[in-house]
Amino acid sequence: MNRFSWFDATSIKEAFEQVTATVSEHIQPKGPKDAAVFKTGGVDLLDLVKEGLANPSRIVNIRNIPGLDEKSFDKKSGLRLGANVTLAEMAEDPVIRENYLALHLAVNHAATPQLRNMSTLGGNLAQRTRCWYFRSLDHECFRKGTGTCFAQDGENEFHAIMRNEDCASVHASSVATALMAFNATVEITNSKGEQKTVTMEEFFIHPSDDSRYECILKSDELITAVIVPPVSSGTKSAYIKQGARESYDWAIADVAVVAEMSGSTCKKVEIVLGAAAPIPFKSMEAIGQLKGKTINDTTAGNAARAAMEKATPLTKNGYKVDVFNAIIKRAILQLV
Amino acid sequence: MKDKSNQSHSAEAETEALVNKNVSRRSFLKGAGLTTAGTVMVSSGVMAFDRPKPQAKKAIGPGATTINLRVNGKTRTIAVEPRTTLATALREHLQLTGTKIVCDRGSCSACTVWLDDQPVNSCLMLAVEVGDSEITTVEGLSKNGQLHPVQEAFIEHDATQCGFCTPGMVMTTAHLLRNNPDPSLEDVRHAVRGNLCRCGTHPNVFKATMAAAKKS
Repeated sequence: MNRFSWFDATSIKEAFEQVTATVSEHIQPKGPKDAAVFKTGGVDLLDLVKEGLANPSRIVNIRNIPGLDEKSFDKKSGLRLGANVTLAEMAEDPVIRENYLALHLAVNHAATPQLRNMSTLGGNLAQRTRCWYFRSLDHECFRKGTGTCFAQDGENEFHAIMRNEDCASVHASSVATALMAFNATVEITNSKGEQKTVTMEEFFIHPSDDSRYECILKSDELITAVIVPPVSSGTKSAYIKQGARESYDWAIADVAVVAEMSGSTCKKVEIVLGAAAPIPFKSMEAIGQLKGKTINDTTAGNAARAAMEKATPLTKNGYKVDVFNAIIKRAILQLV
Repeated sequence: MKDKSNQSHSAEAETEALVNKNVSRRSFLKGAGLTTAGTVMVSSGVMAFDRPKPQAKKAIGPGATTINLRVNGKTRTIAVEPRTTLATALREHLQLTGTKIVCDRGSCSACTVWLDDQPVNSCLMLAVEVGDSEITTVEGLSKNGQLHPVQEAFIEHDATQCGFCTPGMVMTTAHLLRNNPDPSLEDVRHAVRGNLCRCGTHPNVFKATMAAAKKS
């Protein structure tokens, strides 16, 4: 690791006075070399620093800022999770388990117990992709801002099968898969103290739109909370992650389904795929296919096939289409 | 040639002296290493500085700063740079080498320690951010010379092979039993999900943990 100085911020204002760049700005080939960057859990940042991708001159710790680790729940306004709430706190939260089952399952299947104790929700959403070409110092890849996507005809067995035309990385957060299915929003606070709330779809940036960033955060902005809207009494949800093994691994494919049910009829539904595309991917095709239908083997299978209709697998990841077909169908059937 | 034989002679003599002094395997290896290198490096803040006063500054580094670490019930003062991970601080500054660094990326959990009773990866935590939290390492599990029930069960059920994952496995399973004295096999499997063992000794880890739960 390169040498860096350390600043322990005790307020958001203080943190903004120190920070000069986002990690994404800093690691671009033409980005600022001398940078002071935010750190919460540090899991992703220290990995980038150890790999030599990030060489910050100062790390500004925002993990100890009071208030950022609060959570609250109200049946009317929903769930509010401070950016510094850890994944472990979410995994063990009975409110999340009872009201947002898909989120509970996604968090419990994310990372390891040790990492969940360290990782914060804000850091999880702002983390960079785990694509091995992106993480390699030797590859000046498209996702770093310039260059080509080495995954297109390289080692791409774990890469994207949808919207992968320019960059085939997949977004690393499986928690985001579930949050998007619950139509969660991200609260962002800037250095002037102004706040804005964006949808998960607005938060993530597809590489074809801007290859340098995975989310909209600028250096004078910070995630302060994630808000998950309330669910009705008829809401049911499911989440399935398929990895190469049951123990710690990244998802090969994951899916979150959140539906408003009336008996076995699906009145409203959201279906989000993780590890399918460079961003968490809401499948409008699957949603359109399932909405208003009675859930059974046929309708669930049709929705899964619809989700995969536009898949464009690469040389080594065609199997992911079959995996998605299976887990989407299985997740839908779990609703009834 | 003459030099070489002298060296080997002096190393032998040193070995004998060390054996006679009944020193541990680790301090022997370190002593032998220093003899070969012919230099003395002091990495411990306790040795390098004369009783430094800890600084509680907001901004530190990039050079070394003295900090207090509460480890296994004792407060230790060391001098570390901000980039020093907790794992490195424990191993190289405090000589608590039970904690292993294997992947150094949070993927294998061999470096698991407890931070205020929560298992964390000490390779992905900086020593300067520990603050007032209490660290427990595998060296802190035994009480009054008595091994922790999990450690005894690991020996009894042959739950170690090469041994690199063992301290992390022990810290994880001991933490599980602390919060869940009567775990199911599934609870044990869930708890050690992050602990990689390339020898494949998981079945014996499960057996040992279940046995330790029954005993305690």
